[in-house]
Amino acid sequence: MSLLAIKDLSVSYGAIQALSGISLHVEDGEIVTLIGGNGAGKSTTLRTVSGLLKPGQGSVEFEGKSIHGTAPHRIAQSRLVHVPEGRGIFANLSVEENLMLGAFSRHDADQIAADRERVLTLFPRVRERLRQQAGTLSGGEQQMLAIGRALLARPKLLMLDEPSLGLAPQIVQTIFQVIQQINREGTTILLVEQNASMALQVAHRAYVIEVGRIQIEGPARELAASDAVRKAYLGAH
Amino acid sequence: MPRDSTQSPQTRLTPANSGFSGTTGNAWYGLFPLVAGLAMATALQFILPGAAGPYYSRIVIDAGIAIVLAVSLNIVNGMTGQFSIGHAGFMALGGYTAGILTHYGSMLLWGSAGRHGGFLGSGELLFAASCLAGGLISAVAGYVVGLPSLRLRGDYLAIVTLGFGEIMRVILQQTGRVIDDAEKFRSGGLSQLIPPPVGGAVGFDGLPKYTSLFWVYSLVTVTVVVAYRLKVSSPGRAMISVREDEIAAQAMGVDIARQKVMAFVIAAFFAGAAGGMFAHESGVIISPRDAGFQRSFDYVIMTVLGGRGSISGVLIAAAVLTALPEMLRDFEQYRLIVYALLLIMMMLVRPQGLFGIHEIWDLFAPFLRRQQKAAP
Repeated sequence: MSLLAIKDLSVSYGAIQALSGISLHVEDGEIVTLIGGNGAGKSTTLRTVSGLLKPGQGSVEFEGKSIHGTAPHRIAQSRLVHVPEGRGIFANLSVEENLMLGAFSRHDADQIAADRERVLTLFPRVRERLRQQAGTLSGGEQQMLAIGRALLARPKLLMLDEPSLGLAPQIVQTIFQVIQQINREGTTILLVEQNASMALQVAHRAYVIEVGRIQIEGPARELAASDAVRKAYLGAH
Repeated sequence: MPRDSTQSPQTRLTPANSGFSGTTGNAWYGLFPLVAGLAMATALQFILPGAAGPYYSRIVIDAGIAIVLAVSLNIVNGMTGQFSIGHAGFMALGGYTAGILTHYGSMLLWGSAGRHGGFLGSGELLFAASCLAGGLISAVAGYVVGLPSLRLRGDYLAIVTLGFGEIMRVILQQTGRVIDDAEKFRSGGLSQLIPPPVGGAVGFDGLPKYTSLFWVYSLVTVTVVVAYRLKVSSPGRAMISVREDEIAAQAMGVDIARQKVMAFVIAAFFAGAAGGMFAHESGVIISPRDAGFQRSFDYVIMTVLGGRGSISGVLIAAAVLTALPEMLRDFEQYRLIVYALLLIMMMLVRPQGLFGIHEIWDLFAPFLRRQQKAAP
């Protein structure tokens, strides 16, 4: 049984068809990446899975149970956690309060404290800024906070929407290293990226999505080597 | 609020919470602020009228009622980021409910609608219970009005809440005459309650005047303590997260629908209780006009000036804006102009409100932290 299984999912915004029957699956322990250009339907896929968008046709199953049409907070409570595009930091709250909100649905105080410590070890920069207003952090720090906050929800599956968006290359490196480390420590990751070369380096498997359809799928290494992908997404000639 | 709620895992999350906000947090968590507030209310009750006279006591009472309304509205408009301009509707609903209970309750219990008993006497206890009931009825209305907030936002929600206030006003105008004769009321049947005898357009006159500094400032204390503890607790943070970013809030497992309705219910409760105090204030005849848009707007202005989400800021704004028109009374015909100019100036100079999202003590935080570091 796959951790996440999407079958024939179609979603439209009014008259515009954003997804036309995509299928993908994420197995326990994997990093799976979904790459593609602007408007291909990457974010739409994540938003539909986490319940933020009205469900269309098709099925979405998490741990074997259908979550299609479930309220977004219930999906988050079942430990499928979405870090939305643009990070979704609570700008006027302190960094500490942002982290506390990550643990909003949990009640195991001791374990939360341990997880908080783990997150702060993962992101030393966040620890330095605990009392600061979150909106005053740099873009990279905000992304770290967004990931850290999501980790406090103890995700079984962590869905990251464009974590590299608008960040300096060096920070992107750091973020991707952390993503790999989180994965090694047992969290499954579904990663949506425009930065295809970075995403293919860290992922186990990859899907290429174009205008609402999955075009290519396979092991990340193979895709990184394939001519079609290299031409379209990796800037090779 | 039960002691447990302060011990929720979310607040215990920070074992290393040794900084400034942590220490104030702990002090606030005790019963201390409640006790201090009630002591202050008692002191005001026995000292202020003698020291400052009835005119200033009246202003202080008005300020207290305004504080309760503004601080409670701030839970919806400031913390949760919704926009309600129907707060006076909740106030009036609570006021009329409390008025019915004290007026006709007194007739049934003691044979007249007049004041009964002294300080903390049976009459005042009936009054306190009636204000509580007014708050509860308003809270139910708050639930109903809160429901549209799940689907509407911004201007659209504002119009619904505005509509609620106006509906309250029009309904209250259609009510019947107040029954002043206790004998007649006792012998008359239930039919005299339809339409409710609460005075129609002229207002609910003849209510016993129980409102005093003690009761008003006791309510202020409870309101401020509840608002503050809400703000630093997990449910309050969830409300703020709805204001900040609804999508991210949902992604954290926050049920945004629940938080919005909860904010409306809590705010309406305190507005209703404050309405009870207002209706029983001497020199006031609560009338349908008090449910209307103008009064609602006064409270919106207070929350905007105080800063969204800043309890201390809104408290100060409410007190100042209540006192200001009185202070400007010497200018008589110009005072509204001066008042309006001050508001415009304020918005130009500090559009985020007095303290923005901060509390007044946050301004001293850097200073205190430096002192803590200096001390070994």
